[in-house]
Amino acid sequence: MPVPISYNIRNLRVRKTTTLMTALGVALTVAVLLGIGTLVEGLRASLQSSGNPLHLIVMRQGSTSELVSIVSKESFDVLKFDDGIAQHDGEPMISHEVLSVVNLPLRSDPTSVANISVRGLQQIGITMRDGVALQEGRWFEPGKREMVVGAGVHRIRDGTSIGDRIYFGRDDWEVVGVFSAGSSPFNSEIWLDANLAGSDLGRGSARSCILVRAVDEAAATAILNRLGDDQRLGLEAERESEYYAKQMSSAEPVRYLGVFVAIIMAIGSCFAAMNTMFAAIANRSREIGVLRLLGFSRFSILTSFMLESLLLSLLGGVLGCILVLPLNGLQGRIGNFVTFAETTFQFRVTIDYILIGLAFAATMGVFGGFLPARMAARKEVLQSLGDG
Amino acid sequence: MIDAAVSLRSIHKEYRRADFLVVALDDITIDIPIGEFFCLMGPSGSGKSTLLHLVAGIDRPTKGQIRVLGDDIGELNESELAGWRSENIGYVFQTFNLIPVLTAWENVELPLLLTSLSKKDRLRRARTALEIVGLADRLEHLPKQLSGGQEQRVAIARALVTDPSIILADEPTGELDAGSADDVLAILSTLNKQHGKTILMVTHDPRAQQYARTSRYLDKGRMTEMPHAVPA
Repeated sequence: MPVPISYNIRNLRVRKTTTLMTALGVALTVAVLLGIGTLVEGLRASLQSSGNPLHLIVMRQGSTSELVSIVSKESFDVLKFDDGIAQHDGEPMISHEVLSVVNLPLRSDPTSVANISVRGLQQIGITMRDGVALQEGRWFEPGKREMVVGAGVHRIRDGTSIGDRIYFGRDDWEVVGVFSAGSSPFNSEIWLDANLAGSDLGRGSARSCILVRAVDEAAATAILNRLGDDQRLGLEAERESEYYAKQMSSAEPVRYLGVFVAIIMAIGSCFAAMNTMFAAIANRSREIGVLRLLGFSRFSILTSFMLESLLLSLLGGVLGCILVLPLNGLQGRIGNFVTFAETTFQFRVTIDYILIGLAFAATMGVFGGFLPARMAARKEVLQSLGDG
Repeated sequence: MIDAAVSLRSIHKEYRRADFLVVALDDITIDIPIGEFFCLMGPSGSGKSTLLHLVAGIDRPTKGQIRVLGDDIGELNESELAGWRSENIGYVFQTFNLIPVLTAWENVELPLLLTSLSKKDRLRRARTALEIVGLADRLEHLPKQLSGGQEQRVAIARALVTDPSIILADEPTGELDAGSADDVLAILSTLNKQHGKTILMVTHDPRAQQYARTSRYLDKGRMTEMPHAVPA
């Protein structure tokens, strides 16, 4: 029979200041890890929700992003009549789009300016984006210098409310609407008429890329293969889902830095837990001697103090999880290394990350508690009784 | 047929302290019959507590043989000794050594956690033990809510709750006022007379002699004649 758990819980309660301080150290470590985790998770959710499995993005060969790609009108016309392209109201679901960026300041800090993606497209391009809906105002009219802004941009960037004017290309464009695109990265974009944007940017009839919706999976694969094989067009296609998944690389440095900081903090927290447990054991040496004298084994003592360390760190883990809960749903933004523009996302505190946080805390407890618990278990009864 | 609760044969115990060799017990041979209330007296540093530790199996002699209730405890390994001790020995300390965060009945229940008794039976036995020492109304009290005398009575309840044959008491009145010390000695005497427990008590409290059936004197690790005036 092990030493009763009430013994450990009450001892933690008796030393509540020390318990709380140590737990707080663990809590901050867990909060850092979870904070980074929820950022990465939010960004992943944002980028993953963008990929329609039948959508293909067509760019110039060798282009790493839509922004640096050029696709001519001739190439577009060749592709437009491909049998594998889905139809909508008799029109092929293919969108020739132009990508650029515009600098906009933060609402909260006008000195903080960032690149925002500007996408020129036609009505079919809007139709092809599932889950995109007008939130305020109206859509832009073709041939007019009007733009609609994604909800993510509208929320944090200044000058993006209806009626505001944004200088882009050669002139001011009027914001006439705000659209929502669920949690996808289109929320981080501004949309306007492709032809006028192309003209303002001096692209002529060329655009940046083509979005294609295939009839089915087989057709999507066929188009992918065909474009890969046809060297005359100089184009290559990629599944939209894969294109956005690659943008997760933007979060990698943040993730690595976060994990690195969390590990350094975890080592510190391990030592804090160890210190607390060493102090606890030194103060309770006589009690340990008594327990041993009563017949409790060395293993019972070891597990009892390991359990106490675990409880201490799990308390910190729970506190850490509570600390990051307010992040859930908060709007975040990160520079996207692929689009050279800002991607907005919502922090997502998921059950998985809560469990990871608790497991992380438990690991700190186990590592921090082992040496003190082993020391307690290895002491001879007489030595323990004498040390008290 | 075992007639000696404790049988010590040529016990020798030495400690090494830095460069000195300290002889704590020197050729001790003694038999304590079952049902005895044996009081071992002597000044500080005479080896009384060392002898008690050896009988409890928490220390080993340098030389000699110790039989307790017929068992040669020198032949038991650490784990066997722990089980043997929890079955046969109750231990009372000078400083009570109750677990401060546990209530009186939880402290008394502790040794029963090593048995297969149900929670209900453990509670019943802990209550009975606390009734024997007159503390049935202090079940839920923490040690800090009890007087020194009450704490020592809880410690005695903890020592007897597993119904051991032998109770070892190490200066049980050392921290108590005269009234509480008499109460504690009276309880030990009752346990001996009415419950048949063999009691081996080490003390330098002269009053203890009045309760014990046999008293012996230890000085500088050797059994000697009881002096007329026992030094306090």
